[in-house]
Amino acid sequence: MANIKELSAREDRLSGGHRLCAGCGASIAVRQVLLGAGETPLVAGCATGCLEVSTTIYPYSSWKTPFIHNAFENSAATISGVEAAFKGLKAAGKIPADKRVKFVAFGGDGGTYDIGLQSLSGAMERGHDMVYVCYDNGAYMNTGIQRSSATPFGAWATTAEVGKAQQGKTQRRKDLTSIIAAHGVPYVAQASISHWKDLTNKAEKAFAVEGPAFLNILTPCPRGWRTKPESTIEIAKLAVTTGFWPLFEVEDGVWTQTVKLRERKPIEEFLKPQGRFKHLFKPENAELLASVQTEVDRYLTYIEKRCACG
Amino acid sequence: MAEQKTVAATGNIMVAEAMRQCAPDMMAAYPITPQTTIVEEFAKFVAQGRVHTEYVTVESEHSAMSACVGASAAGARVMTATSSQGLAYMWEELHIAAGLRLPIVMANANRALAAPINIHCDHSDIMGARDTGWVIYFAETAQEAYDNTIMALRVAEHPDVMLPVMSTLDGFITTHSIDRAELMDDETVKAFVGDYVPENALLDIEHPTSHGNFAGLGGPYFEFKKSQRNAIDRSMGVIKEVGAEWSEITGRPFDVIEGWGMEDAEYVIIAIGSTAGNVRHVARELRAEGIKVGVLKVRVFRPFPFSEIADAIKGAKAVAVLDRSESFGAEGGPLFLEVRSALYDYDVRPAMVNYIYGLGGADVKLDLIRRVYSDLADIADGVAEPSGLVYLGAR
Repeated sequence: MANIKELSAREDRLSGGHRLCAGCGASIAVRQVLLGAGETPLVAGCATGCLEVSTTIYPYSSWKTPFIHNAFENSAATISGVEAAFKGLKAAGKIPADKRVKFVAFGGDGGTYDIGLQSLSGAMERGHDMVYVCYDNGAYMNTGIQRSSATPFGAWATTAEVGKAQQGKTQRRKDLTSIIAAHGVPYVAQASISHWKDLTNKAEKAFAVEGPAFLNILTPCPRGWRTKPESTIEIAKLAVTTGFWPLFEVEDGVWTQTVKLRERKPIEEFLKPQGRFKHLFKPENAELLASVQTEVDRYLTYIEKRCACG
Repeated sequence: MAEQKTVAATGNIMVAEAMRQCAPDMMAAYPITPQTTIVEEFAKFVAQGRVHTEYVTVESEHSAMSACVGASAAGARVMTATSSQGLAYMWEELHIAAGLRLPIVMANANRALAAPINIHCDHSDIMGARDTGWVIYFAETAQEAYDNTIMALRVAEHPDVMLPVMSTLDGFITTHSIDRAELMDDETVKAFVGDYVPENALLDIEHPTSHGNFAGLGGPYFEFKKSQRNAIDRSMGVIKEVGAEWSEITGRPFDVIEGWGMEDAEYVIIAIGSTAGNVRHVARELRAEGIKVGVLKVRVFRPFPFSEIADAIKGAKAVAVLDRSESFGAEGGPLFLEVRSALYDYDVRPAMVNYIYGLGGADVKLDLIRRVYSDLADIADGVAEPSGLVYLGAR
């Protein structure tokens, strides 16, 4: 696994100058993933969303590697097609048999957990040699902070409003990482941009396997989370240290917690700096706040137990 | 003329054979009645090692076309097939394939759209896709489905075109009926379609390009669309050139419209797809009785052969346009709207009637065709007025 000195010497394949917001977690995730890929030749794809619209404004492109955007729900299917073309062209003798190229698809949580789930599931099941990376910022941020199935329980969103009759999202978030692990693909991991070493190691493993790999990366969104741009990494770290976002991997079916919490912080520390949770701190919502902790405990316990089984 | 083998085969088998001979690098397959036997037959070719194609069994038609877009942008020769609800499910991707200027070839087994659900032939699916930017061929027979599929690839990959092309055939009537057809030898087809040399391919790793960029914010979206319009306009010449070349090899005539008895026809029926055969059969009988009837078959619907059709029918006394699909709320079916529009600039315009027929596989009996010719004669003789849109044979 590469150390920070080696990583810093690698070429950045997503150049600066793109139009993502200050403090956006998505580009940090992409750069860490691509650094983890090392020198491997890559074709990248991206679902419609913030990352795509901000990095490919015609006639510019931030991508220093071949790139394709097709639509919102199909970056997995699209990249699976690119990978299939690579195999077909090899079979035709138009690409040398020993040439190595890897394929990576990016999508936000809306494009992955929700509208792109079928496309992702299909691509994973078919066994394409590709890495799918979800940058999970917990809502449809590109269209203006609408709730997705990744939005945490109790969070405010523009389609899960806060008012007399409702206090933000009433459903728990979907555990997509476990869903993809259930596909039995060679490598699945959950990571956070705050834990760069853990993330780049996971990316390196994901690109090293033959077959499909999946990374689910927590990427705070200052606009949607109502946080300060300079606090992005700190917030991402709190997601991990409060147990909201456990870091683990599933290698050939073996579950491992890659970062174990010696001392877990209360969920309030993750919620408090975020404007999307501010209603939870009203006295009348004390019970709701407690149930957010219960929900975090439930998910963390599930992941810990699952990892304890190996 | 090259050596050809006479076979008894369904339209779908002929399409699968054409695809095998075109040797795509990638095919995305998802089953839907009545397209299924195309992808099944191709799966056999894969299993037998007769093709080098990477065969991707996707989980939906949306992913089929999405994967085709990825593969075509990657630089591969790409083919697929679908029908009906599957084509409708692909709708978003049909636009993207055309907008990204990807020369994908797809067969469509023309079938009704739900609701109510119906698996039989009409043109609701393909006519719903008529403005997606694809070049669209219609086949009357298994032979035409075969020829169209091979020509489609040449047109799609032509540097002046670079657009996706659909080769369509009528569900069950053409897809599943066994027909006599001539199968060209593999080498001739291989030489005819040639090698595909892509530009700006994703797999040209050393020369990275970005595809599908954001062209909003005052970007050149409008100009991209203009260039797409220019390309489909240019495709008309290419379709004719390629058709003439294939015709030379096969000995089978080709044109974007095909007339029968049109030289002096007074009463003309315009049809598309398999029904053209029924109409010709009736027309022969009526000619034997001395009635000057003609048949005009439209073989290429996009780009639409406006001037060709207008020139062919301008001398007629009355024209009936048969539409096997609806354009609800419009003046008539899609073919009628185009044909009528084609005549606008002409001084002499024949009376014209629109018949909607055969939806959901409703039978197109010869008596119905005879009735249409008889209506045309009445209109021409001033015995009857053109009656607007008629649901031909509906109970």
